Order: sequence, then structure tokens, then C-alpha cells
Amino acid sequence: MFANVLSSWGISVKQTRQLIGWVFSLSLLLGSSWLYAQQSIDKIESTDNYAVAISADVDQLFKDLAAANLREKSNIITSLDQQSGREMLPVYQAMLNGELYYDKESLQLYQVKDNDQGKESVYSVFSGELVEGQTAKGLKKVRVNNKLRKQLRGSIARIQLLFGERAERQAAAQTMLDNISPETLALFQDAAENESDQEIRDLLAVGMAMNTVATASATEERVAAIGVLSTRLETPVRNQLMNLVDKDSSGEFVEQDAAVRAAAESALKEIDGKIRFYGFMEKLFFGLSLGSVFLLAAIGLAITFGVMGVINMAHGEMIMLGAYTTYVVQLLMPNHLEWTILVAIPAAFLVSGSVGVIIERTVIRFLHGRPLETLLATFGISLILQQLVRTIFSPLNRQVSTPDWLSGSIELNPVFSLTYNRLSILIFSLVVFAILMLVMKKTSLGLNVRAVSQNRNMAKAMGIKTERVDSMTFGLGSGIAGVAGVALSQLTNVGPNLGQSYIIDSFMVVVFGGVGNLLGTLVGSFSLGVANKFLEPVTGAVLANIIILVFIILFIQKRPKGLFPQKGRAAE
Amino acid sequence: MISLKGLFGEKSAPTAGSLTSGFTSRTTAIVVVVLFATTILASAANLWLSPDSPLYVSTYTITLLGKYLCYALLALAVDIVWGYCGVLSLGHAAFFALGGYGMGMYLMRQIGDRGVYGNPELPDFMVFLNWESLPWYWLGMDQFWFAMLIALAVPGLLAFVFGWLAFRSRVTGVYLSIMTQALTYALMLAFFRNEMGFGGNNGLTDFKDILGFSLQSDNVRVALFAITALMLMLAYVLSHFIMCSRFGRVIVSIRDGEARARFMGYRTERFKVWLFVYSALLAAVAGALYVPQVGIINPGEFSPINSIEVVVWVALGGRGTLYGAIIGAILVNYAKTRFTAIMPDGWLFALGALFVLVTVFLPKGIAGFIEQRVEAMRGDSGSGGDGGSSHKQQNAEGASA
Repeated sequence: MFANVLSSWGISVKQTRQLIGWVFSLSLLLGSSWLYAQQSIDKIESTDNYAVAISADVDQLFKDLAAANLREKSNIITSLDQQSGREMLPVYQAMLNGELYYDKESLQLYQVKDNDQGKESVYSVFSGELVEGQTAKGLKKVRVNNKLRKQLRGSIARIQLLFGERAERQAAAQTMLDNISPETLALFQDAAENESDQEIRDLLAVGMAMNTVATASATEERVAAIGVLSTRLETPVRNQLMNLVDKDSSGEFVEQDAAVRAAAESALKEIDGKIRFYGFMEKLFFGLSLGSVFLLAAIGLAITFGVMGVINMAHGEMIMLGAYTTYVVQLLMPNHLEWTILVAIPAAFLVSGSVGVIIERTVIRFLHGRPLETLLATFGISLILQQLVRTIFSPLNRQVSTPDWLSGSIELNPVFSLTYNRLSILIFSLVVFAILMLVMKKTSLGLNVRAVSQNRNMAKAMGIKTERVDSMTFGLGSGIAGVAGVALSQLTNVGPNLGQSYIIDSFMVVVFGGVGNLLGTLVGSFSLGVANKFLEPVTGAVLANIIILVFIILFIQKRPKGLFPQKGRAAE
Repeated sequence: MISLKGLFGEKSAPTAGSLTSGFTSRTTAIVVVVLFATTILASAANLWLSPDSPLYVSTYTITLLGKYLCYALLALAVDIVWGYCGVLSLGHAAFFALGGYGMGMYLMRQIGDRGVYGNPELPDFMVFLNWESLPWYWLGMDQFWFAMLIALAVPGLLAFVFGWLAFRSRVTGVYLSIMTQALTYALMLAFFRNEMGFGGNNGLTDFKDILGFSLQSDNVRVALFAITALMLMLAYVLSHFIMCSRFGRVIVSIRDGEARARFMGYRTERFKVWLFVYSALLAAVAGALYVPQVGIINPGEFSPINSIEVVVWVALGGRGTLYGAIIGAILVNYAKTRFTAIMPDGWLFALGALFVLVTVFLPKGIAGFIEQRVEAMRGDSGSGGDGGSSHKQQNAEGASA
């Protein structure tokens, strides 16, 4: 990457190597004096200009840096590399970004950048705190050129590798794998000695092995190094091995040594096998993630359809209302964005649930026993709700922010990582499903609902208030759709058409799984989600969608009542 | 009128319900006459009156009327399967759009080298996509007869395959509605793809002429309008004939009690499939007539909401009566034209409210309302309409169950 960035500026890899080599030879020269300086730090009085204890030498170097020309700056940075450690990182970064300024009088360094309001302000270069009373007026920029930037990047990587936090060290080592050279090798060896973390030590060992493969002359040594590489999944490793087995334009092998070639080939085979496996796992994960979205969207539909025989075309709009509730909750509590999601879940349940109850009381009740008309009426309601949202919130998409604890991912290895938001929605959907199962199996409401769905007249005769059960069921189904909306707001944009895009898929899930069967919905949504994601790379997203639709049409031929049809007297 | 009654009325038994009562035969005649008169008058007013005359009908209005009549034909198609057979198709716009694409392909080929890129063989969008030659399914589409054959055969075949699969395994009711909706949704997704070779997102447009006549000229527009009216009349009479035949009576009995019809020995799925194919063909004709009049066809025509809108036209007009579908289609579309001009945002509110109000308060639509009135008038004059009305009630109940 390092080399890529540089070469995009028109600097060749060879030049880079020369530069780094130059930096390192200098640093080796000065390395011994650095040790000496470390010992004598106590003796030298420190200055308080920078709120951080720095040695007088460094202070002097800073002053030189301010006044120096470009070539001198390069030498000064090299000296700074020797004399200091991690604390230099913000200075280098500010310099790299062109934010490093100096006072013309005192030669004191500052960082100048725009504050939150977009106004230029002056910050202390080490602590990053605002320097009161100092304006950018009297300051002059420390100028850098491409050559210096390149050097700075190298220095930053070096600091990160040697002194950084664990994640920083890992990232730095990974970045440097892209461009292994004798110079980086020295750094790697340095770092490996002080490294306590096993994972990063392995990473450093990979870098060294890559160097061995590239430069060593003894066959055994190289084959052994390839053995080390064969367990790794990093892209540069794979690229290097690919180069080993490549042929040049005249059909000759680039690599002369047959034993090395054979070792590289078997290592590649091993790596590719692993990559295939993790690719499979990734598709599975995405499929399950899509399935969990289907599950959340379809489960409410399964309840209303299963119990009342009513297809609610406005179900998608209940999802949309839930998503917009999340958006509104976020607007209401801007200072607690972390916790909006937790507030939004019950809020969305209540909003969508009560809208559902209102719809049931005012429209659906009068269309009892006329499923096709109910379908049309609820479709009308969905149009009204969509237009309502369009009028209130504008037709544009709204952004719902993701809390920090839901962003990011678990990186299991370079080719396989699980994003937290997808993972948590997967878990969340299963929790919702479990709660709903409990409600249906263990509460009196659930009992009533099941009774009404099996035999409405008999239930009525037994004293169950079927109308009340209808409203409650519809409210419950709609409320769950609202909760689904909260989850979806974390994955996609919130807009008036949000619900529509999921409604047909939800219907497919319900039809596939079997009406009135929650377990069928679970199996249906996950199998459709996984099938979709496995088809997608082969056929493209749209064609995958079409194939699934055609499959369901054919599936209905074989099993008209879905995967898990209702049995016994409940089935007509 | 009498001859019509003689044609269609004889085969039916006197106690067979509303379909074959004199009322329906008479309405068929009324519809045909009204359509005929409107067409002649509007065309004449456009062609022979000067633009200053107060009775002058502008070409814009003629095209608008033509569009409404295409919609009416589509509504008729939906009414035939929904009103008479209880099969609620939420995907009829798919057949409409396929017919439209058939016509669109022909019109596209007629552009010849007058396109932006001036390629005599390839339509503009193919040149734009760097295609070398016509895909095989575009071959022969420059022949009008062949294009029309395809425009009818493809939707017909699709309806046959889909209907055969669905009805054979007894997919009914809401399930079937959802499947038809999925069908049109899938087609929409497919036609949005550039690789399909139907112009992707933009569809087919920028047509120049049809059968050598410029599409921009007033005469051609009036002719298209007149042809649409003629097709609607033909379809109406044919549908009436079918519904009064033995076939139609089986269809109605399937609607009212499919299991009973099956137990009586009828292969109900065959009846349903052929009715479905017939209906799809009507929709395809409507689509093919629609495209030259509006000048564009794009994948948006496949969108599920279009199909559902057609259903609400039929619901408003009154399903199970052929003329109801036509009234509903024209009324709603006229309202849409007016409404979107005055208050664009309000239209979806109005349409949504229409869905709810019609289903809750006017389950038999405007036609049902009119028939009730007529029955009441007859009841007053004591001309013995009681038997018919009780049958009708039964029918209506059966349909809504």
C-alpha cells in the first residue's frame, strides 16, 4: 500500500527503497547515540513549552525544523526518529496533513486546523488541546514536499509498529507486508524482539519469511519459509506465492528452483482451500443476515395471516413506521445517540402496534371473511401511510446513525470478518422469535389466538372474545413489524419506500414456510436468505431474486400449503 | 338490440341469474352504441371542426381518450378473471406491459437510421451499450404482423404456463394474488436490467412512425383512438358472448363453488387456465395499443402498484359486470388526470382512500349501485324481477366469500 500510494504520485518503488534505505542507514548510525541520550535525559532540563516533557535536544530540533529548508528537514526528522518515541506521532501526522505551523518569533510549533464550527484555531501540537489567546495570524506553515511526506509516512509506520497500541501495531505490520524489503526487514526484526503479543509476532515472522523467500539463496531455507507462509491468508503472501509459480511471457517459469516452486504450489493450494472455506462461511453469514431481516419482516405477517386469514398489504408500511420512529427518537435525544436504539425498540412497537389496532378497528373489522377485499383495503392504507410519511418527512431518505457499539466488526482473519450490526440483528431476530413463541405458547393471549385461528366459531362459543383477539393479534403483528423497522434502519436508508421493498419477499417467506406456522416462517426466511446469497455471485442479484421467485412458484406446485402445513382440523 | 338478445340469450336457462338476464344483453348494446357514438363524434370534432369552434376536440384530448380506452380494455381483462371467476390477479399489468413491449420493439425497428446514432439496424440503446448485432429475439420484429403475433403470443404463453402451474395445484385466493404480484415484480426486475436488451431503465421510446404513418400526425392519432375503441367494442361483445356461453356458466359456477363444480365432473383448472389466457390476451392488446399513443414503454409499467390500481378501477366500477370495469377505469383515470394537475401530492391519498371506501362501503361498485336502482324501479312497477334479484344476491354472496 505504501508503495502504491507513492507510485501514484509518480515515485517508483525503486526510489522508495532507496529512500528508506537511506533513512535506515542514518538511523543505524544514530541508534547508538540515541541510547546514550536516553540515559542522560534526566540530567537535561526539560522545557515546558509543549506541556509534555521533551528533552532539550528535541526542543532544539523542533526549532531547527521550523527554520530549516526541505532537505534539512529530512535530516531533522531522521534525528527526531532516533531521539524520541511515540510522543512524536501527532507531530508527524500534523506535518503530513500540512497542519503544522510555527511562530516566527519563538519558533514554537503549533497545530492549526479548523474547529467544529469550521473556524481556524490553534492547538498544542502534542496534547491536541486548544491554545487560548493564540491566533493563526502570526504563524507560518511548516512546508513539506512529496519526498518528506513519504519519509513521514515511513516514520509514522515505524512509530506505530514499535510503540503503538496493539491494534496500531497490528495494522502497521499488516500494511508493511505489502512492501517487504531489507529495510522493513530490519524494522521487523527490531519489533519482533520487543513484541509481546503472539499474533503480531506471527505477523512479523510472516514478513521475515516473505523476505527469506524473496532473497535467500539456499533451497531448504526458502522451502521452510514457504512452510511458514502456507498457514497465512494475507493477500501479499498469496501474491508472492502466485509470483513464484508464474510463467513469464516466453513460457519459462519465473522461479528457477523446482523445489521452491513445488512448495509454493502446495502452499497456494492450502491457502486457496482455506480462502474458499472462509468465502463459504462469509456467504453463509450474509445469507443468515438476510434471513434474519426476512424473519423480522415476515413474522408479523405470519401471525396476522395465520390467525385472521388477512393479508395485510400495509405490513411493509408498519416496518417503515418503525424505522421512522427510530429516526424521530434519535431527533428527540441527540445527546444520547448511543441508547436511541434501545428506546426506539419499545417505541416502534407501540407506534406500529397502535396504528395496527386502529386499522383493524376502523377498516378490517368490516371486511371480515372477505380476504380479497381486505387485501385491497389494506393496500389503500399502505398508499395513504406512504404519502403521509412523504408529506411529513419529505420523500428523501433519512439517515439513522449507528451507535458505536453496533459499528465495526470482529475480524477473525484477513478474509473473514463479521460486522457487529449484522450479527446483532441476527441475534435480535432470534430473540424476538423466541419471545413470540413464548407469547404464543405460554400466555392466555397466545392460547386465545391459537384457538381462534383453529376454529373461530368454536372459540366464540367457548366465550373467547374473538373481536378482541383479532385486534390484539393485529396489534402484535404490526408491533413486531415496527421492531423490524428499527433493525432495518441500521442496515439501509430510511425512506417512504422502505417497507415496499421487503413486502414481496416477506410474502414469499410466509407462503414458502406455510401459513400460520411460526416455525415454518423461521425455516423459510433463513433458507430463502441463504439461497439468495449463494445464488447472487453466480447469477447477479436481480437474477437471483427472479430464480427464487420462480422456485417458489414451482415449490407451491409440490406443496401448496408450504413447507409446514397446518395439520388436523385447522386445515380446511 | 333484439338480435343481440337472440344471439346471446337463447342458450341460457331462464333461472340462471344476472348474467343472462335481458339487462346485461341490453347493456352490451348500450355500451357498444355509446362507444361507437363517442368515437365517431370525437374523431369528427377533431378532424373537421376548426380549432376555434367550441365543440373542437384537441388532439391531446383524443390521445387521452385513447389512453383511457386502453385502460378500460385492461380493466375488462381483470374483470373477466376477478369478477367472473374469482381469481384476483395482481399481475395483469405484466401482460399489458409485455404486449406494449412487443409493439415497442416494432416501433423501435421502424426508427431505422433516424436515431441519434444513425445506426440502420440497431436501436440507440444497443449502440450505446456497444452491442454488435441484434439479439435473436429482436429478429423479425420489423415486420408488423410478426411483431403483433409475438406481442400476443408471449403474454398468452406466459399466462398459460403460469395459470397451468398455479391452477393445476389449486393455488387459490390470496395465495394466487401474491404469486401474480411476485410474477410482475420479477419481470420488472428483469426488464430493469440493461443486459435483457429492452432498453433497461429507459425502456423503449422516441418512436417515429407506425406502418409508414408518422405518429405525430393528427390523423394517425385519431385512427389509433378509433382502433382502440373498436378493439374495446370487439372485446366487450366477445367477452359477453363467452360469459353467456356454456363455458362462461362453468366459470361462474367455479367462482361460486369451485369444489362443487369439480365434483360435478368439470376440470375446473382447464376452464380457469383458458379464461386466464383469454384475459391476458386482452391485456396484451390493450398494452400494444397503449404504447404508440403514449410514445413510451418502460419497466415501470410492470410495477405491482400498476396492477393493483387496475383492480381498484374494477372494484369501483363494479366487478362481475363488464361495463362496470369500463366505467371504473375511465372515472378513476379521469380523476387521476385532473387530480395530479391540481394537487400532485394529494393523488395517492385520494387513491388510497378510494381503495378503502370502495371496499368497505361500495362492495359491488357503481354498477352494483345502478343495478340495485334498476331492480328497485322494476320492483315498483311490479314486472316480476324478484326471482332475478334473489339469484343475484346469492351470486354476490358467493363472490365475496
